[in-house]
Amino acid sequence: MTPRRKRMVVIGLLVVGMGLATALILRAFNQNLMYFYSTSDTVAGKAPAGRDFRIGGLVVKESLQREPDGLTVRFTLTDLHQTVDVSYTGILPDLFREGQGIVANGQLGRDGVFVAREVLAKHDENYMPPEVAAALAQAKANAPPNKKVP
Amino acid sequence: MFKRFHPYASPKHFHRLAQRLSPWLFGLSAVLFAAGLTGGLVLAPADYQQGESFRIIYLHVPSAWMSMFVYLVMASAGAAGLIWKVKLGDIIARACAPLGASFTFLALATGSLWGKPMWGTWWVWDARLTSELILLFLYLGYLALQSAIEDRRAAARAGAVLAIVGVVNIPIIHYSVVWWSTLHQGATVSKFDAPSMATSMLIPLLLMALAFKAYFLAVLMVRARCEILAFEQHTAWLRAELSDERTS
Repeated sequence: MTPRRKRMVVIGLLVVGMGLATALILRAFNQNLMYFYSTSDTVAGKAPAGRDFRIGGLVVKESLQREPDGLTVRFTLTDLHQTVDVSYTGILPDLFREGQGIVANGQLGRDGVFVAREVLAKHDENYMPPEVAAALAQAKANAPPNKKVP
Repeated sequence: MFKRFHPYASPKHFHRLAQRLSPWLFGLSAVLFAAGLTGGLVLAPADYQQGESFRIIYLHVPSAWMSMFVYLVMASAGAAGLIWKVKLGDIIARACAPLGASFTFLALATGSLWGKPMWGTWWVWDARLTSELILLFLYLGYLALQSAIEDRRAAARAGAVLAIVGVVNIPIIHYSVVWWSTLHQGATVSKFDAPSMATSMLIPLLLMALAFKAYFLAVLMVRARCEILAFEQHTAWLRAELSDERTS
């Protein structure tokens, strides 16, 4: 084996070894690397009880209700399988919309309502001009209910 | 095959080549920047959700792409320096580091500025943001290592090992939004899928990406020449070249 060959092998092994080690570490810490729990996980009891955690999901359309004090809002989160009710007192971020994703930080109450201390909007990866969005919404409204319009 | 490229890999020839290329690359990047910025900041329509704020994408996304691309260039150049003892590899790797660090910082800063109004927070410790921050620390570690070791060849070897080990972070950054739940959104422009972005918004983004690439190459040529001057300061060819320039 020439010295050049040897160096190449050593570096190759270094990269593969680092890759394997990192993969194992990341697998071991998989749960800690999740930024939020889904609503299904929360309903299934996988989320920590009695302490703060983050929950993420889509805000169910027409679920947003304002309490009479004007600052407290209640809404329902879903991951399209399970839903969790959330209550929050404070100012919502700009991108908070029904049908959009959000991440809330807080505790799950005994009544199954998640009491949020902080609500962050999660933006999706779609970018389009307002006219296109309006046209898409129009097409969706006109289409027969079980036909999917992209 | 290596014989054919070998003359260009000698510092002497690369010094001349870089000198000839850099004005063209600066010109190209200026044209691309003008086109991309006009397209992105003036011609592209506002976003249906984010309004005008989405325009920061034209800086944020190209710098984030570049932060990873420059790292790969740096690590490959370092590996070439280690394996084949190509001096030019050490030179390019060293010239890449501050550029990559700047792109990473730009990606983090612009993302933070966008995050406050859109997400409602400057910073979160989700997988994407944290792995990009680790990338910045890798660059800074490389730079610190370079200035800590006086002997340039030893510094290049140590730096190359650090850069190669750090490569493991690049796929983590890229796939972080797929593997874990993150606050950061998923990829919009990907190779195997139609981008989920209107064409009028996408074209300026791609122009900006090319502008960043051209700018990177232009500055890399200048920085590589500086590094060659430092690496080769005691060689005969450089003295001859410098005295030629002085007399002409």
